[in-house]
Amino acid sequence: MAGKPKLHYTKGRGKMESIRWLLAAAGVEFEEEFIETKEDLEKLRNDGVLLFQQVPMVEIDGMKMVQTRAILSYIAAKYNLYGKDLKERAWIDMYVEGTTDLMGMIMYLPFQPADTKEKNLALIIERATTRYFPVYEKALKDHGQDYLVGNKLSWADVHLLEAILMVEECKADVLSAFPLLQAFKGRISNIPTIKKFLQPGSQRKPPPDEKFIAVVRKIFNI
Amino acid sequence: MSGKPRLTYLNGRGRMEPIRWLLAAAGVEVFEEVYLETKEQYDKLIKDGVLLFQQVPLVEIDGMKMVQTRAIMSYIAGKYNLYGKDLKERALIDMYVEGISDLMQMILMFPFSPPDAKEKNLEAVKERATNRYFPVFEKALKQHGQDFLVGNKFSWADVQLIEAILAVEEKVPAVLSGFPQLQVFKTKMSNMPTIKKFLQPGSPRKPPPDAHYVETVLKVFKK
Repeated sequence: MAGKPKLHYTKGRGKMESIRWLLAAAGVEFEEEFIETKEDLEKLRNDGVLLFQQVPMVEIDGMKMVQTRAILSYIAAKYNLYGKDLKERAWIDMYVEGTTDLMGMIMYLPFQPADTKEKNLALIIERATTRYFPVYEKALKDHGQDYLVGNKLSWADVHLLEAILMVEECKADVLSAFPLLQAFKGRISNIPTIKKFLQPGSQRKPPPDEKFIAVVRKIFNI
Repeated sequence: MSGKPRLTYLNGRGRMEPIRWLLAAAGVEVFEEVYLETKEQYDKLIKDGVLLFQQVPLVEIDGMKMVQTRAIMSYIAGKYNLYGKDLKERALIDMYVEGISDLMQMILMFPFSPPDAKEKNLEAVKERATNRYFPVFEKALKQHGQDFLVGNKFSWADVQLIEAILAVEEKVPAVLSGFPQLQVFKTKMSNMPTIKKFLQPGSPRKPPPDAHYVETVLKVFKK
């Protein structure tokens, strides 16, 4: 009998990666079933296990959860990564929505027309350095604490680290003007569960390559 | 000193409308609204540093300047007991709300699609509503036979669904014809006192977007 959550998605980052990060940070072991063909997706749909015919889908605690944010919110609350009260939760939600928007831009990049790639990449870096990172740098500066909200590790910290590493893959020195985020990155990366997730052999997925993009296009008809 | 929430957005539905719905449904009848009409107003807000990510909606509530639609709605739902009784009910409400939000996103973007794409997009809204989203809620209501989607109690999910039903009906009038449970749901929700009031003229509810609204959006958010 499985107590472990089971993740249904393609074998790549996409919308499931933030879920993998959060489960890993919470120290939760999970299983994965990979969708490799269109037929795999159709089967899930025909079996009636995808509420809105979409993945990610995570089997957890007797539920077949869909919708990335719903899944993440559930995991965050279950594992005490969602603040201590409604107001802390509000701040975590705001911060996470920001990093979601930023990571969303990166996720869609490989699916944009080839001639817009350079422009879109420049926009990502601009947004990261002028809209998003300054907010988190300031938050850390204002309270001087190790974590974004309530002096305690939360979903917001995990999500921000994920976003930082993802933007760094686009531009390695993107944190050069953000000393507190650099320190934050070092600190959060060294949390034992996260450190483990960042090591080779973990369930963390690599950045998408051409081959993976082609598979995704085929499975989802995009 | 005003205890009322203050909303900053354009004078139209957009991403603020679900927030207006939820506040109204929660019985927060009166809230202040600041309407953005010019780029200069928007630039000033950014310069004043009140928009966390330089974006609206902005809702000033309980001493916070909240941004990000979902964060704002989650807070309101939590505060006014529209978020279920436990984690699992919250999970179900979240799933439902996210699905409906995806459908509403199609309607939100509709006025901004090029004229030659409008018919195709309208067809897509109809198809998704009829084949992907409405069947889920029809089934949920049929299976438990209760008035409300989750936990036999009025929640955020119900508010979001009635908003979506009415919004889709504005575009596809007969969309509920294959959904008897949703027809009953629509009537019941429309008659909940707080929602009934919101549906009457003179409430904070905004009309469907027209050409003037689209023009204002493009003007205010021009780069």
